[in-house]
This record gives sequence, structure tokens and C-alpha cells, in this order.
Amino acid sequence: MSTEVAKERSMIIQKEMITRLFKELSNARETGKKVVYTFVPGNISELILSFGMLPVYPEINALQSGMRKKSGGYIRDAEQHGHSEDVCTYVKCDVGMMLNGNIGPTGEKIPDPDLLLLSYTGCFTFLKWFETLKRLYPGVEVALLHTPYQEGHEITPEMTEYMVRQLKEEVIPKMEKVSGNKYDEEKLKSNLRNSSKVEDYIIKIFDTTKHRPSPIDAYFAGVYYIGPINSGFRGTKEAVDYYAELYKEILTRIDNKLGPITPEGEMEKERFRLVVEGPPNWTHFREFWKLFYDMGAVIVASSYTKVGGVYDMGFRVNPDKPLESLAEYCMNCYTNLNLQQRVELLSKCITDYHADGFLVNSIKSCNSFSAGQLMIMQQLERKLEIPIGFIESDLVDPRYFSYSNIKNRLESFFQMLEQRKMILNSA
Amino acid sequence: MNTLKEIIARCETLAFDLNFTRAKEWKSQDTSRVLVGQMPVYFPREIVHAVNGLTVGILGGGNKKLIIKGDAYYQSYICHIPRSIIELALDKHFEGFDGFIFPSICDVIRNLSGMFQLMGEGKFVKYLDLPQNFKPHIGGEFYLQELRDILNKIYQVNHVEVTPERLNNSIRLFNKNRSLINRIYDIRQEFPWRMTAADLYHIVRAGYVIPVEEHNEILEQVVGLIQQDCGDSMDKIRVLVIGAFCEQPPAGLIRTIELAGCYIVEDDFLLGARWIQGDVDATTDDPLRALANAYLEQSTFSSSVFDVDNPKEARLLNLIRKRKVDGVIFAAPSFCDPALLDHPILQKECNEKNIRFISFLYSENTGQFKVIKEQVGTFSDSIKLWDEPVLSAGI
Repeated sequence: MSTEVAKERSMIIQKEMITRLFKELSNARETGKKVVYTFVPGNISELILSFGMLPVYPEINALQSGMRKKSGGYIRDAEQHGHSEDVCTYVKCDVGMMLNGNIGPTGEKIPDPDLLLLSYTGCFTFLKWFETLKRLYPGVEVALLHTPYQEGHEITPEMTEYMVRQLKEEVIPKMEKVSGNKYDEEKLKSNLRNSSKVEDYIIKIFDTTKHRPSPIDAYFAGVYYIGPINSGFRGTKEAVDYYAELYKEILTRIDNKLGPITPEGEMEKERFRLVVEGPPNWTHFREFWKLFYDMGAVIVASSYTKVGGVYDMGFRVNPDKPLESLAEYCMNCYTNLNLQQRVELLSKCITDYHADGFLVNSIKSCNSFSAGQLMIMQQLERKLEIPIGFIESDLVDPRYFSYSNIKNRLESFFQMLEQRKMILNSA
Repeated sequence: MNTLKEIIARCETLAFDLNFTRAKEWKSQDTSRVLVGQMPVYFPREIVHAVNGLTVGILGGGNKKLIIKGDAYYQSYICHIPRSIIELALDKHFEGFDGFIFPSICDVIRNLSGMFQLMGEGKFVKYLDLPQNFKPHIGGEFYLQELRDILNKIYQVNHVEVTPERLNNSIRLFNKNRSLINRIYDIRQEFPWRMTAADLYHIVRAGYVIPVEEHNEILEQVVGLIQQDCGDSMDKIRVLVIGAFCEQPPAGLIRTIELAGCYIVEDDFLLGARWIQGDVDATTDDPLRALANAYLEQSTFSSSVFDVDNPKEARLLNLIRKRKVDGVIFAAPSFCDPALLDHPILQKECNEKNIRFISFLYSENTGQFKVIKEQVGTFSDSIKLWDEPVLSAGI
């Protein structure tokens, strides 16, 4: 494998954006900016930014630690402090990172939080995670935003009302107290206008996989594409500019009939088109990706890129109803959808993007995704008669990434897809 | 009057009757009756009772159900209880159930509700989103809406409307039920040798599968019987067992702990039966709101409730003081994120307060207890031989 990673211009822009954000975070004490720890699903960054505060996402720190090969040590340290081997490795990685000085991906210390904003969307472990953080940062203000689950396949007015009341009476007053600034609805609306534009771009970008060859990989590259909107730039002009540039690049690729760019350059021949369910493994990200592009497999849609918001079904933030919009955005994140909605969404992806197969990467750490995945597989197989593949790994615990096991399973899966293609072609 | 032994034997049979015979028999006596299955942990059973229904606890198959099909629905790293519940569903143990309630306690139970929806189990499946906001006009209003939604779903089945009189009556019955269970715990705190923890477990668990009126009769008899002196005190330490809040330990595990030199004087098995602390107001014109307020203000502590304003470690210390325990046993199901993520917090507090504890994992079908017996035995011996009583440690 090449050690030189090929980069698109948008990737360079993104790297610069994130470096600036971490620089700003490391200087937060000097500049007096307040820091809010929160989560990616249901990240109400537009509101945080409207108060002039800076967001930090512990699960982004954990995945960055995984990619930098630091997570194994952090997890062991957390386990030595009493955490069970059985629980979410994002939590343990975050705890371990804090025990080791809370050094971020740029090598600079991430500041302690001034506010712990538990926007609790689609993952019960978030709640437990922040109970742990609350004890690691005693005295820090905590605000809870409970997002009701879409158990009845819909968002009811009562669910929205519950969230808006929490925003008005719990979250915003805490933000005013911590930041020293008054709530400014015009600023929030302006941020939401940017988000709305970004959401349009995201849909257009991920919709380009309808082309053959697909100009992008909607999973491995997709996690980079959703980076800015999920890591502090939701609601910013920078995000709009980034996505405009990215979309332009992709259109150029379509014009040139190019396939996705991989860490080793262009993917030459598209052989298989897949939809993937579940987060990726971060500790062996490049090796994992290589297993796919070496076989000419491109991911045309993935559920993971919808974890910070689902826009496929028509939802967009509405700046004219800012708090209602934030509430509905939170409730629309992928893991806040019930299983039937997930089946419908995945089914739509498989059909719309002409997938040859459906693959589950089942993550040991993440019950929010994993519990029920086997039934989702059954449902899709029955409904669409599509070949299904299944592999297992973990988010950031390197002990749970077995290269040869995954390779064996994927090779069998690709053989199955190949044979099916031959049969279908001959028919 | 039955003997304690007879009552316990009956309760054990009821508690582990995975065909829910008594509940189904009760339903068959009146066409307007409904059966509503309830997953752990807490659900206000009063509202189902008030509309001619019986809430039946679905607490997994324990070690009474061989899992074959259930394993095809869950990866190896997911806890055991959902696979046994799926197995029970696939083997038609829930035939005759009208609906199912899945209280919001974790991602696994949440997604299990979706699996029940996809499988078309019962006439309704409801994921009950218990509010994590505890202000009456915010979380309380949302919770009321959730309860009304359940009542509406039951109304679609049996057309029985809830009235304040009926609901207040149900509240009174469940107040009595909790009060009697607590009375048994209090007596056992003083005289734990009068009835084993496993026997108490069976008695409480029987209440999950029979009408509350019948359970109250059983509990009254038990209270009467264990108020009398019986059995002999043994040289055992007094322990609190915590971590079981959803997936239940096998009864053999509870017995093992007591056989290895401990009296279990407090636990979180079957926590839902004692969730509300004290009585719910049964005298108002708006009893649904009274139930909602009770959830907001009188809930016990649990791994499923965000504890920002009411830290769990302080409440554990209160319980240790109240029950005068010598040590804590952390016994949680494997792969249970909510329980296991609490342990470092609670164990840190125990360490700081010099409270002895041990920790181990189980699953509902664990069948070998030898290692646990040795671990608990050593724990008990070490406290008996070397420790000062915990209350003198100044917690």
C-alpha cells in the first residue's frame, strides 16, 4: 500500500478548517471563548455558535484517536480505572484520553468544558457517557436535551413541543449563563440558513452515486464529506463554501467519468456497488477501505453518513421556525429512527443507487446500530432479494479488528456478488 | 392459611411459568380484559389495571428457556435478555397478549421494540419514552402524553375508558403492593434468616404475572408469617447487590451468594416493583397526573435515569446506611452498558468511603456458580475476619 495519501482539494480545505478549529480551541482560555462538549447526532451547533461558544465532540476525539493509533492505550487506561471490557469503546477512549492530558489530534490540549450539553439523540450510552464526564469535570454546568425516539414512525407535535420547551427553559438559559450572552434569535436564524444550504449540498453530493461509475465512495470518503457539518461547522459560511467546492469537484469527476478517489488514487473499475449499514472501524481505516477498493467495490450509500442528520426524506431546517427546526433535526437523526424506518431508508438507498449488495459492519461497541441489524438484514433480503454480507469490528478498540476474518468474509461476499451478476446477465 | 413453604413454592411456579398460564386464564374470564406485556424496568401498571387489563412482566427466559432461534437475531456481544425474549415470541409464548410496552432503558430494549413491530407481535407495540427532564410542565407534560397514548391504544382493543375513580382505585392497590413488598424487605433487614433472598425474589416476581389483588393477598400472608420468629441466625455478612436492573440473575446465583456467607438485605432485582418510593396520591381528580408526578419526584435510582441533579453515589450511600450493610456486590449482566458504566462511579465512591465490594458478571442463563461462590465466600470471610463494621467507617 502506498504511504502517500492522494488528497482532493476539498480534503485539504477541510483539514485546514479543522486545524483552525482545534487551534481556536487550544487558545480558548486566552480568548475567553467558552467551550461546549456535545455529541454529533443531534448536534445543535447553530445554537452553540450563536452564543459565540466553541463545540467539542468527544466521539470525534475518540475516532481521531483511533485513526492516530492512540485509542488502544487510552482504552486500556480506562479499563484500569474500572471500566468494563464490555462497554462502549468511544466512552473508554475519551476517558483514557482525558487521563492522558486530553491532547487533541493536532497535538494541542483540548480545553476543559464550560458546559456539558447532553443532546441525547438516538444513543442511550450518551447519557451514561455524560454522567461520567460530569464527574471528571466537577462543577461544570450540565444541560440536557432529551430527544424523543420516533417509535411511532413519526414526529408528533407533542414530541416537538417537549423539545422546544427544553430548549427554551433548560438549554438556552444555561447557554446564556455560561457564555454571558443573551439569546439572539436572528443570529440563530442566520446560522440555520447556512445549515439549510449545506443540507441541500449534502443531498446533491450523496445523490451523485446514481452515476456509473459512482464519482464518490459514500462511506469511506463519505465520512470525510460529513466531517465539517458534524464537527463544529454546522451553521457556518465556511461549511457552505466547503460543500460548494466539494460538489463542484464531484461534478467534474462525473463529467470526466471518473470513479471515486481512494488513498491510492483513482479507483479504476467499478465492479460492485454496495450499501453499507453501521459505522466504520477507525483503528484500521485505510486497510479496511483498501479491502473494498482493491476489489472494485464502491459504497453508493451508507447509514453512517446519516448519523448526524437524515435529509433524504425531505427534512430541512427551517430558519423561520428555529427552535422547532432544531428539535426536528435532532429527532431525524438516523439512530433515532425506529427499525422499520431504517429498513425503509436502506431499501430506498439500495433501490435508488442500484446497489448490487447490502453489507453490515456490525460494531461491538454500538448497540444503537447493532441491536436489530440481523433483523434488518432479514427484512431487506426478503423484500429486495439482494445479497447480504456481514462483518464485525469495533469503532476504536484495535483488539476487535481481525483483518483476516474480515478479508475472508468480504472475499466470499464479493464472489457471491460476482456469481449473481453472471447469472443475472445470462438470464 | 398456607405455610410459608407452600406460598413460596406457588410463587416460584408462577414466577417462572413462561406460558403465563395464570394471566391468560384471568383474561379468558372476561372478553374486555387485555394482557399487556411489559419489558423491564418500570412502567406504571396502574393505568393498565384501571382499564381492565393485566400488565405481565416479560423478564426474559432465564435459565428455563433454551435459546436456539434467538441467537440468530443477536450478535454475540449483545446481552442475553433480548434473545430469550425473541425466542419466547417466536415460540408463541405471548399468544393472547394484546400489546407490549418497552420502557426506555437502553438501546437494546429500544431496538427490540422495533423488532416486535416488524414481527407484528400483539395489537400494539409501544416504546415508552420515559422523560429525562423532571420538571412537571416539561417532562411531566410529555410523560402524560405518553401515558394517554398507551390508554388510547388499549381503548382501541377493549373500548374501556379510564375514569378517575377506577384509576385511583388502581393506584391504591399498587400503593398497597409496594408497601407490602417494602415491609418484607424491612423485616428481612432485621431478620434475614427468616426467608432467603431467593424466596423473596420468587414472591416479588410472581407479582409480575398475576393480578395485583391476588399478589397483595400473598404478600399479606407472607408479612404475617415472617413477623413470627423462625429459623436461626447465622454468622453471615449483610450485603447489598446492585447491577441487575434489567436482565435478571438466575435464582441459583442469588442462592449461591447467600450460601457463600452473605445475607442479601437490599438489591435491585425486579426494581420496577419498588420503583416509586412511597405512595402515589390516590385522592386527586387527576390521577394520571398523580402518577406522572410520582415518576418525576418519587423514582428510585436506576442506571436508566440521568442523575445530574441527584447523584447515584449519594443515594447508594444512603441505602448502605439504611440497610446497615457490610459490603456491596456489583453483579451486572454481561454487555449491559447502563449498569456497567455506573460501576466505576459507584466503586470509586465505595473505595473513598472504605466500603468493601466485589464485582462479577452474569447472564440470565448462567449455570455454573462455583467460581462466584468462591469469590463471594472469600469476600464474606475477609469482612468477617478483618473488617470494622462499615457504619463505624464514618460514611
